[in-house]
This record gives sequence, structure tokens and C-alpha cells, in this order.
Amino acid sequence: MTSSAGAAHGLSRRSLLALGSGLGLTLLAAPGLAAAGLSRPRLVVIVCRGAMDGLSVSPPIGDADYPGLRGQIAIPADQALRLDGDFALHPKLATVHALARAGQARIAPAVAIPQRIRSHFEAQDLLESGGERLYGATTGWLNRALAAISPDRGAGAIAIGPREPLILRGATVVQSWSPGGRSSPSLARVSNTLRDLYQSDPVLSVALACGLRTEAAAAAFDLSETTQARDARGLAVAAARFLAADGGPSIAVLSLDGFDTHAAQGAVNGQLASRLAALDGAVDGLKSGLGPAWSDTVVIVVTEFGRTARVNGTGGTDHGTASTMILAGGALKRGGLIGDWPTLRPARLFESRDLAPTLDVRQVFKGVLRDHLGVDRAGLERAVFPDSRAAPPVSGLV
Amino acid sequence: MTFQASPSGDAAIATARFGLGARPGELAIAGARPRDWLKAQIAAAGADQPTGSLPSGRDGVAAYLAFRAEARMLRQRASRQQGLESDTAAAQLEAGRREAREPLRQALLADILARARLAAATPAPFRERWTLFWSNHFTVSTAKPQTATLAGPFEREAIRPRVFGRFEDLLVASSTHPGMLVYLDQARSTGPNSVAGRRRDAGLNENLAREIMELHTVGPDAGYTQADVTEFARGLTGYSIGAERDGPDRAGAFLFRLNLHEPGPRTVMGRRYPQAGPAQARAILADLAADPHTADHLARKIATHFVADAPPPRLVADLRGAFLRSRGDLAVVAAALIDSPEAWTPAPGKFKRPYEFLISSYRAVGAVPADAGSELIEPLTQLGERPFAAPQPNGWPERIGDWAAPDAIVKRMDWASRFAAVHAPAGATPTALADSALGARLAPATRLAIARAETRPEALTLLLMSPEFLYR
Repeated sequence: MTSSAGAAHGLSRRSLLALGSGLGLTLLAAPGLAAAGLSRPRLVVIVCRGAMDGLSVSPPIGDADYPGLRGQIAIPADQALRLDGDFALHPKLATVHALARAGQARIAPAVAIPQRIRSHFEAQDLLESGGERLYGATTGWLNRALAAISPDRGAGAIAIGPREPLILRGATVVQSWSPGGRSSPSLARVSNTLRDLYQSDPVLSVALACGLRTEAAAAAFDLSETTQARDARGLAVAAARFLAADGGPSIAVLSLDGFDTHAAQGAVNGQLASRLAALDGAVDGLKSGLGPAWSDTVVIVVTEFGRTARVNGTGGTDHGTASTMILAGGALKRGGLIGDWPTLRPARLFESRDLAPTLDVRQVFKGVLRDHLGVDRAGLERAVFPDSRAAPPVSGLV
Repeated sequence: MTFQASPSGDAAIATARFGLGARPGELAIAGARPRDWLKAQIAAAGADQPTGSLPSGRDGVAAYLAFRAEARMLRQRASRQQGLESDTAAAQLEAGRREAREPLRQALLADILARARLAAATPAPFRERWTLFWSNHFTVSTAKPQTATLAGPFEREAIRPRVFGRFEDLLVASSTHPGMLVYLDQARSTGPNSVAGRRRDAGLNENLAREIMELHTVGPDAGYTQADVTEFARGLTGYSIGAERDGPDRAGAFLFRLNLHEPGPRTVMGRRYPQAGPAQARAILADLAADPHTADHLARKIATHFVADAPPPRLVADLRGAFLRSRGDLAVVAAALIDSPEAWTPAPGKFKRPYEFLISSYRAVGAVPADAGSELIEPLTQLGERPFAAPQPNGWPERIGDWAAPDAIVKRMDWASRFAAVHAPAGATPTALADSALGARLAPATRLAIARAETRPEALTLLLMSPEFLYR
């Protein structure tokens, strides 16, 4: 974790000790001494909705079965952006590729949620609620993680987009922001009156107060380049501005959609390629918007499930199982593949159709929460990911 | 925000919870017998149709194909002219594409405007709310470019005529309309052992089959397997769209293509379907429509949409019973919703979605939107519910957690103030306007705040942003 923060800021360390309450090493190592302007860890989760095709995100160019299964939609090895002899990235993921070359991006090529579900909506619920199975959950693991992070770290969260995703819903109040019309000073009277009218409504009163605070914070930095709700890079720049600001949130969530490529998926170009270009733009937007704070950041790119190993009858792919997760960010440790590769050999395919998972998404989430945000394992397994002891955190990511 | 049950209270509930918010004078019309007022809106002929010269689904298919041909032509021309500066060529190509896309965009704008004007002006708002529910249940979204010209026609042609008919007919109409066949990738799905499948490299696409089971009928709790989905997908092969070469009366319309159809009997959820041709999928659809899981799924969804995020079990049971007893007669289900005492609790259980919020604002002041771009698409995009553009096939979500994020509340306030600046009526006193919009639901504190407002626009902004107006 942030050894730099701990070592470089002796002054704050002393002032913390002066508080005199049994503050242990956990807090000293704590990143989020935002008020003092220290470096603090940031986490960005990009949820790619619609089931992103991992076999196109990180084509397994060294797997002999890949070209045959994929046919017209296989990414040709000579056009893919090579990571090593076995894996490459889609040609549209140039930013991610450059980061990988610099030791700031890694892939987990075969991850899945804990249940074998092929419904987008149930799978997204499970991915975001962090449960072992579907309970009709109403809170998200990232919101519960906020409660598990010591408040001294000042780790707030922000959802970018007009709707709050399940992953961030829960008891802890989180901010939200999306491009578009803004509250003007002339609304001060109205918002004061509304505050009174909302007094007995916890949802509205909290939302209004938090929304106005976010507005005020946003006024301090330039969000003018983010005007389009569908401009992934612009949304990412906005997220980065909030994360980089003094006293800003430490966690941001973005959603990208359009990954449900049942027909005419395309290969180097086409439908999926344009979504991956948007994703790559989002990563680039985060990096440029975060500036120096990029070195304190981990970005997780995740989807609800993968797609069938074989191309289907209409030049696309149907709902599958394992997919690729991308980790990026300056806080990441250099390293290779995360998790094993199950191969695409016919006997290894899940239900003879899908890439089989070798890693539970929660193992990566837990590894990042523990080693980047300092959530201890007991907290992880009690509150954030209940019943997840059988899915231990991945070590050595951060 | 609660009040004692009373006739005037019930009229206020009828207009807000079942309708689209009261227009001036509507509370008096709903009057002392609000249940009768609602039931009189159930019409065998189905929903009202938006007015205007709106394209048919067949026009929509033709317009999209014309656009695609034009775009291809532009691309070829651009690649022939590669001698040119590449930026210029790319800019020209993009400008050409935009121009070619313009008629498609205009058609969608016309549909969005006509539909919103209908909702804002209709004297039968329950009929329209019920229609919007089914349109969202069978989502065809313009999130895919191919469906930009089909989402409007889909709602007008497949949904509106059948919202008070049998559910099975609605399901079949949805599953055979070009809008759905394109949106969920059915039109080219090919049986591997069909005539076409044996001849060329083509095969199944299971998207529509899966979503019909999961979203439109039995729901994910029905216990079907991947094998059931694949079998249903095989049964659906051949459900396609006529091309120009199929003849002028078939182009752009539903067409069963036997040469794509997977031969042989199918087994779905334990039932065997020996039929040949289109009758096979038709029989599967009939059984899915009649399955008790479908009654469960729809009852819960209707109750959640109209009454509460966690609906009272008795209401769900009432709706389920009405659906099963009437064999899926949606007029009977609508009447059961109106008759269920659980649907009339004074405390509001629902937070309005942005579309409803916006439409009910127009209704409150007795206005209708005049421009699709600035009055509908722009604000609704910012509020997260761009018309005909749900991001995923499960349509727009229903619960308060989906719509009351901090940013969303600030954006509503901002929109309300801009709306009020234009629409605050000069004649009426602000409290009288609030009375005509909310009736018995208007709380004393809100009434006082409105009375104390400095300007008419400020008073209207407070009305639209009051808890009574935001909830229903």
C-alpha cells in the first residue's frame, strides 16, 4: 500500500500520534489524509454492462484452439497488441497496452462471478452486490467497503452517471455526478425551502444536500469538456477531477454499456471494437485527469460474464461464463497474468461452450481492497463479501 | 404527506398513482367515483395512438436499409479518393453519414414528440400509463442504431392495440415485430440443420429466446436451463423480416423463412413441440404465456410499477389470480389493480421516474411539449431516461434507488426551475395551481411554502419539487 505516504509525511504522522488514541499502524499507513493533502489511494471501477467478450479484449493468441473457435471474429495475432507469447490486447486498447508495457496494467483472463448465471441482470446484481448468491440484494459491496474503511481516511465515493449503480448503494452516502444542467445561484432560496420540505424524507434530504455539495465542489474545477452522457473519455476525466481534488472522494464508479454483441460483433473493427475504443478512452481520460494522483490509483475494469467461446450463427457471441478483468493504475505492482488460463481445449470449456473461470471476481476485489484501501480480511469477509472465505484475496496486486 | 382515506383523497391517488398527474380540472372529473373513472379508461381497442404522420415499421426497415446503402456508398467513395488529405476525407465521410442519418433521426424525434404530447394531454391517463408499462416491459431500444426507426413503430403497432387484450397476443405481436426481431438479433438466426444452415456458415442466435423467457414471460426464477433456451432458440429460427426480393407486400414485415428453420421436434421446459414451421415457436409462446410463473412475474412487476417498490403480497396475489382466472386477459388484470384495496394506501410508495415527472409537470400546468429535442430528449437524457433508449433489454428500472441519486435530485430541481420560468401560468394563484395538481395530497407545509414564494416561477418550482409531486 502507500508506503510512500507513510514514509514521506512524518509531520502528519506526528500530529496523528498526538491525537493520542490508540491509533495503530493501520491508520498510519492510511492513505486518505486528504485534508493534509497527502497522497491517498484511489480506486476506480468501470463496469462494462452487457457481458464484455474477454476473448476479444485479451485474445489468447498462443492458444491453438482460439482461431478455430472464433472464425471471422478472431482477432488476428499479427494485429493484436502483444502482451507476451500467449496473450495480446485488442487493437483498440492501445492505452491499456502502453500501460501494460510500463508495468501499470495487467489482465485476469478467466474470471467470473461466484454463480453460473447467464442472465445479464441477475449477473450484474451479483457482481455488484458482492454476494455468494442472489438474495435480491439492495446494497453494493463497494458501499459496504466504504463503511469498512476507517473514516479517518476520508474515503468517499462518487458515481458518474444519472443513475446510482447497485455497487455503490447502501448505508453510506455517496456522491453522484453526470453532465448536464446545473444548479444556479438563483436556486438558493428554492433549495433552502426544499431542505425544510424534505426534512422527514431521508432519501430526498440526503440526496439534495449531497448533490448541492457535489455541485459546489465541481464548481472548483473545469468539467466543461464533459458534456456528453455517452462520451466515455469525458466522463472519466470528470471522475478523475473529483478524485484528484483536495478532500474529494477516493472511489469512483463508471458504467459503460453496449457490450451485448450477439450479432455482427466484428473483430479489429466493428461494434465491439468501438466499445473497446470507448473503454480505452476512459482509461486514458482517468490517467490524464488524475495527473500525479494516477500513481495512487487502481482501476478495475469488470463485466458480468463473458461470451461463448465459439462464434455464433450471426457473427456474434451469446452469453457465456468467464471473461477478462483488466487492472490498471500507477499503484499497481508490475506482474504477469492474474490467475490461470484454463485453455480453450474442447474438454476444458464450461458446459462445452464457455471459457471456464479460474478465478472468482471477488478474489481480485478483495485483494485490491485489502492491499490498496487497507480493509482487513475480517472486515472483507464479514461485511463486504459475506461467505467469501473460500475465495481468498489475490495477493501482490498493489 | 399522508392523509385520511376519503373520496377526495382517492381522486388524488387515482390521478397520481394510476394516471400521469392531474391536469387542471381533472380531479373534479375523477371526482367522487375515482375507481369508475379509471375503469372507464380500459378500452378493448387498446391504447390511444399518437397523432401525426409517423412512419410504419416497414417504413422504418426501409429507411434503415436506405441509410446503410448510402453509408456503404459513401465509404466506397471515400476509399476511392484516398489521394485526398485523409482528415478531409474522414470529415466528408462523417458529414455524409450524418446527412444520411438525418431522416432516421427526424422520424425518431417525431415519435418522441407525438407520444409525449399524447401523454401530456390525454383525458385517459391510466390508459397511457398502462401502455407505457407494457412498452417498457417489451423494451425495444434505440441504443442500437438499427432500431432507431423501429422503436416508435414497435410501440404503436405491436403494443398499443393490445394492452387490454390477451397477454399471449401481446407477446406474439412483440415477438414477431421487426423492431423486436432486429433489437434482439432474431432475424438472421439460423438452424444449423436448416436448408440455409447446411449450405453456409450460419447458426443460432439465442438472444431473443433467452430474453422472452427471462424478461417477457416466466422470469429467471422459473428454473429453466441453458438447454431450454437453446431449444427455444431453435424453435424460433425462421422468425425473420421480409426483404425487397421477397416482394413488395413482404418487405419490412414479419416473414417466416422455412429455409432458416431448424427441422425436428423441440423440448422446452419439459414440454415437447412436434410442430413444423412457424407453429412450433407459436406453440412455445402460447405455453410460456400461460405458465403460472408468467402470472407471478407479471403480477409482481405491475404491482411494483404502480404501487410500491416492495409491493404488498396481497396485491400481487390479486393480480396473479386475475391473470390466471382470465387466462391472461389484461383488461381483467387492469381492473383487478384498480379494485385491490392495497393499491389505494394513502402513503405513496413510488418515486416518479423522470419521464413521468416531466409529463406530470406539463399536465400540472395544462401544457404540452412543442419540441422534441430541447423539451424532451435533452432534459430526459440528463435525468437518465432518454425516450426509447433504455440501455438494456430489461428496460428502465423501477425503484427509488435507481432515480433519486444526489445528482438526479439537483438536476430535477434545475429542470423544474427552467420549466417554471416558461410555464408558470400568469392567471392562477400558485396555491390554486397546487390544489388542482395535487388535491388532497397537497401537504400544509408545501402549501405554505408555495404561498410564501417570491415569484410565480419559484412557487411552481417548489410545487414540482415537493415530496407530494415527486412521489405518487
